[in-house]
Amino acid sequence: MYHFAKWKYWLVIIVMVVGTLFALPNVFGEGPALQLSRNDRVAMDQASTDKVLGLLKADSVPVEAHWSEKDRLVLRFPDADAQAKARETVAKRGEGEFLVALSTASRAPDWMRNIGLKPMSLGLDLRGGVHFVYEVDVQGAIDQAFDRMERDARATLRDKRIPYGAVTRVNEEVRVTLRSQDDLTKAQDALRSPDGGVLLNTSTSAEGPVIVMTMTPAEVKRRQDIAVQQNITTLRNRVDELGISEPIVTRQAVNRIVVQLPGVQDPNEAIRVLGATATLEFRLVDESNNPYEAEQTKRVPIGSKLLKSRDGRPILVKREIIATGEQLSDASSGFAEGSPQVNVTLDSRGGQSMMEATRDNVGKRMAVVYIEKKQLAEGERCEGTRNGALCTEEEVISDATIQSVLSSRFRITGLQATEARELALLLRSGALAAPQTIVEQRSVGPSLGQDNIDRGIRAMAIGLVLTFIFMAIYYRAFGWIANLVLASNLILTVGLLSMLQASLSLPGIAAVVFHMGIAVDANILIYERIREELRNGNSPLQSINVGFEKAFATIADSNVTTLIAGVVLFAFGTGTIRSFAIVMTLGIITSLFTSVVGSRALVHAIWGTRRKLDHLSI
Amino acid sequence: MEFFHKVTKYPFMHTRKVWYGVSGVAIIASIVLLFVHGLNLGIDFTGGVVLEFAYPKAANIERTRNALAEAGFHEAQVQNFGDERTVAVRLLPTEGQDVNQVSKSVTDALKKIDPEVELRRAEVVGPQVGEELTNQGGLAILFTFVLIGIYTWFRFQWKMGVSAVIATLHDPLLILGFFAVSDIPFDLAVLAAILAVIGYSLNDTVVVFDRVRENFQSMRRASPEEIMDASINQTLSRTIITSGATLLVVVVLLIEGGETLRGFSWALTIGILVGTYSSIYVAGALALDMKLSAADLIEQKKDTSEIDALP
Repeated sequence: MYHFAKWKYWLVIIVMVVGTLFALPNVFGEGPALQLSRNDRVAMDQASTDKVLGLLKADSVPVEAHWSEKDRLVLRFPDADAQAKARETVAKRGEGEFLVALSTASRAPDWMRNIGLKPMSLGLDLRGGVHFVYEVDVQGAIDQAFDRMERDARATLRDKRIPYGAVTRVNEEVRVTLRSQDDLTKAQDALRSPDGGVLLNTSTSAEGPVIVMTMTPAEVKRRQDIAVQQNITTLRNRVDELGISEPIVTRQAVNRIVVQLPGVQDPNEAIRVLGATATLEFRLVDESNNPYEAEQTKRVPIGSKLLKSRDGRPILVKREIIATGEQLSDASSGFAEGSPQVNVTLDSRGGQSMMEATRDNVGKRMAVVYIEKKQLAEGERCEGTRNGALCTEEEVISDATIQSVLSSRFRITGLQATEARELALLLRSGALAAPQTIVEQRSVGPSLGQDNIDRGIRAMAIGLVLTFIFMAIYYRAFGWIANLVLASNLILTVGLLSMLQASLSLPGIAAVVFHMGIAVDANILIYERIREELRNGNSPLQSINVGFEKAFATIADSNVTTLIAGVVLFAFGTGTIRSFAIVMTLGIITSLFTSVVGSRALVHAIWGTRRKLDHLSI
Repeated sequence: MEFFHKVTKYPFMHTRKVWYGVSGVAIIASIVLLFVHGLNLGIDFTGGVVLEFAYPKAANIERTRNALAEAGFHEAQVQNFGDERTVAVRLLPTEGQDVNQVSKSVTDALKKIDPEVELRRAEVVGPQVGEELTNQGGLAILFTFVLIGIYTWFRFQWKMGVSAVIATLHDPLLILGFFAVSDIPFDLAVLAAILAVIGYSLNDTVVVFDRVRENFQSMRRASPEEIMDASINQTLSRTIITSGATLLVVVVLLIEGGETLRGFSWALTIGILVGTYSSIYVAGALALDMKLSAADLIEQKKDTSEIDALP
C-alpha cells in the first residue's frame, strides 16, 4: 500500500539491540567490593594481584570476581562479611604494601566488563558520599606574585650593582625609582623577564626616573591558573591518601574546585585530611655517616636528621635548610636531550642561598624533603613527630647529586618520566599554595542514598504501570504499541546513560519519570492524527500514512523547544541539576527516534502489509 | 475509548477577553505575592546550613529545638522532613563561621538527647555561592526565553513568536506565585522544573500553532478567529490526553518521590496545568489580537523574491 524502506527496520533492530546491550549491566545490581592500590603508587601488576589473591585464599575469604581498573585491583565479594574479612586480611598481612578502599562493584558478568559495558554511574545523592566546593583565593596568589616581584627586583638591582632610590609595591604594580637616566636603561635590561610576562613602563617622579612593573593580563591569568592547578594537585594527592574509590577532583569555573568523595560518611574527617598543609625543604645530605647504622642504633649524628625516602630507605640530612617551599616559584617536568627532567625555579632569596650552598658542594648530594602537617583524629597514628593533635610527617622525595653550582633556576635529572612528573607534582604541592576556603559542602548518608534510589524506582514503576493502563484503554491495540515504544525508549535512555557514564542523580530519575509523559506525547500526536483522518472518511491505511506524515512536523517542532530548555539547563546547571538536563535531553532524542521511526516500523509490520484492512483498533 | 468522538466546536476565542482578565489578575496577584510575601528560598540560594537527622522513633521537635537553643543555636529552624522520624535543621549563614564546626556542634547537641540519632544529610552553602546561583538561575530562564522566541519567530512568524513567548512567560510567573503562597521551599530542583515547564508549555503552544499554520492554508475562506478556534479544537483531544498522561506520572512523583522532590514535583504539576491552559487561551488569543492573518503565513515567499530583486 505505501512504501516503508527496509533499512529502517534494520536501523530500529540494530539500535534496539545495541541500546539493550548497554542497558543490560544495570539489571545485575552491585555487590560489596574492595579497591586496592599499591602504597608506592605503582600500578597493580600480576605479581601483586597474585599475592593478594594468595593471602585471601590462605584466610579462606571467598572472592566472587577480581579485575583491574586503571591502576587498581577490584575485588568483589558475595557479602559484606567477606568484604570486611578481606579488608582485615589485606591490612594485617599485606605489610602496608596496599591501600584499601571500601566500595561497591557491579555484579555484571565478566564478558560485559571486558567489552566495556558498565552500569549507570550513580550520583552522590544516590550512593552516599560527600561533595565539597573549594574557592581558591586567586587574588591572594597574584598578591604573592607581586610580593615576590618586589623582592626579586631589589635583589636583581643589588646583584647587578645598579643604584636605586626605592622599590615599592603599590597595588598591582611595583615601582622602581632610580637615581639617573643612565641607570634606567641598565635597570630595564636587568629587570626584563625572559618570558615576557612582566611589562616595564617608564615615568618620572621628583626623585628620578621610575620603572613601573606590571603583569600582562595573560600573565595574571596564567598565575591564577597555576594557583588553582596547584591546589587541585594538592587535593588529588590528599584524596589518593584517603584511599577512596572513584574520587572526583575537578575545576569549576575560574576559581572553584569540586571534590566528590563517594562512600565517605564523615565529611569532617575528609575535610581534615584535605586541609593538611605541605611544604618543602632543600637540604644537603649527610654523607659522612651511615644512615643504616643510625637507623639501627637510633643514634643520629649531631647536626643531622634521620629521614626516610619514599621507598623506605633511611637518609641522613644536614640540619641547615638551603631553601623552602615558600621560595619555590615553579616546578615542571619536561624533557631535555631525550631524558626526563624536572625544572625548578626559586625566587631570588632561594636562588641566592642555593648558590651559596652548592658552590662548595658540587659532587655531593642534595635532598628535597616533603613535610606535611595535619590534624590527627582520635586514635590515628602519626608517622612523624607529634605535637598534641598536630602531626608532622617528613619524607625525602628526591635526593640527587649536585652537578654544578645552582642558582634560582636548575633542573633535577636522572629520573624516569613518571618519576619526573610525580616529583614536579609534589614540589608544586609543597610550594606555598593560594589560600582556599570551602564554599559549599553536601553530604548524603548511605541510608538516605538507598532511600532515594528506592523512591525513584518506585515512582518510575508506578508511573510506568499507570501510563501502560491508560494508553491500553484509550488507544487499544495502538496503545500497546505506544507502551512498547515507551518501554524501548526507557531502555534506550538507560543504555545511553550507561554508555556516556553521566552520573545519575535523584532529579535525573525524576526526569526519567517526567519524561514518560513527554515520550507518550509523540504517540498521542500521531494517533490523534490517525483518528482524525479516519473521521474524515479516509481508509485505515491511508489514515496511518497521513497521520504519521502530518504528525512528524509537529513532533519535531514541539521537541525542539523542550530540547532548548534542556540544553540551557545543561549549560547553566551543575551537579544534580545537570543530571536532570542530561536525562531530559537524551530522553527527547530517544523518544524522537522510538516514536517516529520505531513506532512506525511496528505499525507497518502489523497493519501495513495487509491487503485489506477495514478497521483499526485505535 | 475516546473522549472526543467528534471534533469539538468550542468558541474559545469568543471569551478570550474574560480569560485575559483571569490571567491578568493571576499574574498581578503572583507578582504582588512575590514582593509582599516572597519565596521560601532554599539554602541553594540563600546560603546556610541544612542538616537532616533520623531518629529511631518519632522525633520530638520541641526537645530538638530546646537542645539546639541550649547549644547556642537560637535561630535554628527545626521541622519534620517527610516523615515523623526525620527532622531538618536549618541555620542561616553567618559571616566568618566555621561551617564544619557548626555541623559538628549541632550533631553533638542532638546526640545528647538521643545518642541513636543519625546524620543523614548535611548541606552547607556559602552565601556567595547562593548569590551566584540566583543570578545564574535568572540568566538561565532569560536565555531560554530568548532562544525559544528566536526559534518560534523563525519557524512561524514574529506575531506567533511573541505570543508564544508571552504565553510561556505567564506560566513560570504563576508557578512562582504558587510557591509564594504555599511556602513550599524553592530550591535548585524547582528552578530546573520551571525550565522544564517552559519547554513543555511551549510544546503545547507549538502544536496548536502548527495547526494554525496548516489551517490558514487549507481554510482560505475562514476568518482568523474561526481558524484559531478550529485549530484549538482539532488539537484539543491531544492537548488534554497528553497533559493527562504527563500529569499522571508527575502526581506519582509528588506522592512517591519523597521530601527531596516535593517542590520539584509541585512545580511540574502546577506548570502542566497552567501550561495547558495558557497554550489554549493565552497564546492563540494573543496572536489573534496581534492581527495574525493569512498574509502573515502564506505570502512569505513573495516577500523574499522582492528582496532578491533589489540591487
